[in-house]
Amino acid sequence: MGVKGIKIEGHAAATDPSFLDLVAQEGGENLLACYQCQKCSAGCPVAYAMDILPNQVIRMVQFGLRERVLTSNTIWICASCYTCSVRCPNDIDIAKTMDVLRHIALKSGVKLAERDIPIFHSVFLDSIKSKGRIHELGLIWQYKAKTRDFMKDAALGWKMFRKGKIKLLPSKFGGGKEIRGIFSRYGKGK
Amino acid sequence: MKEFSYYPGCSLDGTAREYDESIRGVCEILEVQLRELDDWTCCGASSAHCTDGHLAIELALRNLALAEKGGGELLVPCVACYSRFKVAEKEIREHAEEWETAYQGKVRIRYALDFFCEDSLIDLVREKVVTPLSGLKVACYYGCLSVRPPDITRVKDYEDPEHMDRLMGILGAEPLPWSYKTDCCGASLVMTRTDIVRKLSHGLLDMAREAEADCLVTGCTMCQSNLDTRQEEIGKEFGKKYDLPVFYFTELMGLAMGHRDVKRWFARHLTDPMRLLSAKGLMK
Repeated sequence: MGVKGIKIEGHAAATDPSFLDLVAQEGGENLLACYQCQKCSAGCPVAYAMDILPNQVIRMVQFGLRERVLTSNTIWICASCYTCSVRCPNDIDIAKTMDVLRHIALKSGVKLAERDIPIFHSVFLDSIKSKGRIHELGLIWQYKAKTRDFMKDAALGWKMFRKGKIKLLPSKFGGGKEIRGIFSRYGKGK
Repeated sequence: MKEFSYYPGCSLDGTAREYDESIRGVCEILEVQLRELDDWTCCGASSAHCTDGHLAIELALRNLALAEKGGGELLVPCVACYSRFKVAEKEIREHAEEWETAYQGKVRIRYALDFFCEDSLIDLVREKVVTPLSGLKVACYYGCLSVRPPDITRVKDYEDPEHMDRLMGILGAEPLPWSYKTDCCGASLVMTRTDIVRKLSHGLLDMAREAEADCLVTGCTMCQSNLDTRQEEIGKEFGKKYDLPVFYFTELMGLAMGHRDVKRWFARHLTDPMRLLSAKGLMK
């Protein structure tokens, strides 16, 4: 089978040796340069909410622990603040690597650890695809329709509406054809 | 009069309206002419780069190609849009052959904060100050993407930036030293993991208060929104009470330079800045 089993967290985990190459190639980062100084995790503002830490993600990618990495909540919780990337002594762009892992996770159809974050991104992109721009109120409604959480932030939304921060109707403009062209190429990947 | 292409981006048409209004206001005083890009589309923001690398670059490139047709320089107020444009610019610089695009990499992309902090403009700002913001203690909050990653932003002191502090000093305000200038507020997780945004924003509000700031100043639409609109909710969760106005730097520029519309901008804030500004004698 070409798949070796190693023990991790008390479970036998399948390894996929090609995973490291895939992630490194997609992101253009030299992930083998990581020597586990853990600076990325020490400075990460959202590490407390992650199930595996950024340095562990890099280690697991090196080991080919594909499934464990792609089903982690870490890749979705990462806020793309780039603190890790600028502090890495080995110049690994960890935030960019998180992007790559998200792309692979979405394509591979694994069960994602976070439900709402990927839903939000997909609704956001649908909104660009159909209107070219984000109409915030429309985006929020579509997101709520998908997550069935209608009451969240309702009071705040009302306050913002009264302050003139909520636009009821989207602005009008063209650009649609080009945007549809871009979305038709979407998925070619890079 | 200098002329620039202007890409407001989606939030400036909604939740960040006062940022758009104050930028336009300040540019009017400084005689900088803005030409909004015709037919601009969303830069793709966080969702595109989290989903597909190719899509993220293409959505940004479309706008850069539009700006290139207009010629010259592009002013971008939203730091998320700015970051996406700069990433696309880098991609074209390094791998032009891989992209079918009209964009040739000729647009000078300027983030509004960097633009107003430049020597040539800052001298003009100094001349135009009519109401120095004396006694106003501000914590300059740069957030993430205005400084990171530095190979994109070209900000040298990205761990402890000073440019917004210098600008605030020129407006007559007192910028305070504090350690959270470039910490993350949770950004776009606000819709999905609001708990994370509350926790991070709580830390920022606490540290600004510990530094004895009267208010926070930012140039990021997500930072402003997260910190301004949720103070009551954060206070409830952590058993505290906050009343720290969060300004766009352009609003304070407008105030110091005597723009007629400042009241309208401030009226859009959820954490009302009027009480603070009246107490400091800066607003009637």
